Amino acid sequence: MSELFELSLCEVRDLIRSGNAGAEDVTRACLGRIEATEPSVRALLARRDEDALEEARRMDRERPADLSDKPLWGVPVTVKDVLALKGMPTTAASKILENFLSPYDALVVERLKRAGAVILGKNNMDEFAMGSTTEHYAFQVTTNPWDASCVPGGSSGGSAASVAACQCFASLGSDTGGSIRQPASLCGCVGIKPTYGRVSRYGLLAYASSFDQVGPLTRTVEDAALVLQVIAGHDERDSTSSPVPVPDYLAAMRGADDLSGITIGLPREFFGHEGLDQGVADACSRAVDAARSLGASVVDVSLPHTEYSIASYYILAAAEASSNLARYDGVRYGHRTADPVNLEDMYTRSRTEGFGPEVQRRILLGSYVLSAGYYDAYYRKAAQVRRLIRQDYLDALASCDMLLAPVSPVPAWRIGHMSDDPLRMYFMDIFTLSLNLAGLPGLSIPAGMSGNLPVGIQLMGRAFDEGRLFLAGDKLTRALGTCNQHAPL
Amino acid sequence: MSLDKNDFLHLCRLSRLAPDDSVQEEMAQQCSRILAYMDKLAEVDTSGVEPLYSPVFHDCAFREDVAVRRCSRADILAGAPATDGSFFIVPRIVEGK
Repeated sequence: MSELFELSLCEVRDLIRSGNAGAEDVTRACLGRIEATEPSVRALLARRDEDALEEARRMDRERPADLSDKPLWGVPVTVKDVLALKGMPTTAASKILENFLSPYDALVVERLKRAGAVILGKNNMDEFAMGSTTEHYAFQVTTNPWDASCVPGGSSGGSAASVAACQCFASLGSDTGGSIRQPASLCGCVGIKPTYGRVSRYGLLAYASSFDQVGPLTRTVEDAALVLQVIAGHDERDSTSSPVPVPDYLAAMRGADDLSGITIGLPREFFGHEGLDQGVADACSRAVDAARSLGASVVDVSLPHTEYSIASYYILAAAEASSNLARYDGVRYGHRTADPVNLEDMYTRSRTEGFGPEVQRRILLGSYVLSAGYYDAYYRKAAQVRRLIRQDYLDALASCDMLLAPVSPVPAWRIGHMSDDPLRMYFMDIFTLSLNLAGLPGLSIPAGMSGNLPVGIQLMGRAFDEGRLFLAGDKLTRALGTCNQHAPL
Repeated sequence: MSLDKNDFLHLCRLSRLAPDDSVQEEMAQQCSRILAYMDKLAEVDTSGVEPLYSPVFHDCAFREDVAVRRCSRADILAGAPATDGSFFIVPRIVEGK
């Protein structure tokens, strides 16, 4: 018999609906699990144990007869600390926001609450979502629940670690260059980066606005489909929010018994990458074999500009970051230096004291590529290459329904292993960045193990075709035996 | 592209950052290495290619520019480092009485 916290989100939701468990029972189970695992995992920056329990009790008392518009009724979740949660610390893991309490909810938080979710706390992350390890922190290092000596990935590393450790049934993360898919892969979870514009960015602390998307991390594809259903849809407060209607993702996921009729493309530049770990390559092979067994056709495709994605991404994202993070000036909120002698001194010392080294590096690089004399050579050039990269995807997806590829070149690595070499760390993002440049959706699913560490693969699709990714991801995780896996803590 | 010390200090001023002397050299070297890698983009022929600054798949929607009060003044000021109860307070900008 599984413990309550080990169930999938949909299983526990059904248990609550059928009256076989209360919201309080489930919330208590997760809080107990947090008590047991948090000393080693350190995935949470802020907790709201008492408030969450009180909400759960009230939900049990005031439970409506009809829960059809409350798809997450009583389900405990967490959110990455880059999302505004009213009355709670919202720090982006940065000292510059250490004492900031958000006066409002992010759109995705509003929708979680409206759907009946119980929010347990805020997850650790790389500062301002800049990093791939959750080591670029102001407050604490999160460890990988599968091996505490390893990183959980990043930047949504706290979210992935919480889900893998069964502290919650889902967490919302954000993906600017792979920050949902990569930690999901390194922690053996499911994570989806939706199409750019599918989910409102209102209340998401901005890093690189033309890349950032919010999405769920869960232990099953079905759970991810359900949570995305809750948070997706148009929001007039985000001008990039898409008016395209949101389909029924669970219906799309269940729309076929196998993968016959689906063509999967394998981008040869990804599989031929010299840094690809054998364990990751083997996991991809297993997934491809499973897809074939399920009736899918598999073809080779090319994304010829892949090798330029790191340079293009880091120029554009740094440029946007330098602009977005100009707002942190010590005037209206966040850290202000002590005894500034004048306004400029206040800006400079507040920002220098408040931002960590990686954030400062990206602001400096962004200032450089946007400055007169270098704008055309770097910023404009990178945006031109971005169009070529997107065209590569559109061409590839004209000959197949989705792409299958590794997420990270290697499984989780040791804490501190690459933290002194930023460029080497950027190379770890080679398989995830280009999808953000293109603005297309990607679903990371667990595909087995490499030694004692989980390995994920990603399915990348056409714009707004998340439903088909869920269909394939659900079938593949069931075939691979990786549905609802959790770390052996 | 390599950054010399003056270039680096100029960038710091533009960014309103003042990294400690002890880390400046390392940071400048890291930025130089990263920028040198970015020069890889020069290999790509982009003549005639329109830059793609945003991947949105729709024309950005316009709405009426109606002011909406989503937070009270008190809520906003509650997060400020210094206020007089109505406004943010910053160091004096204009010298004199």
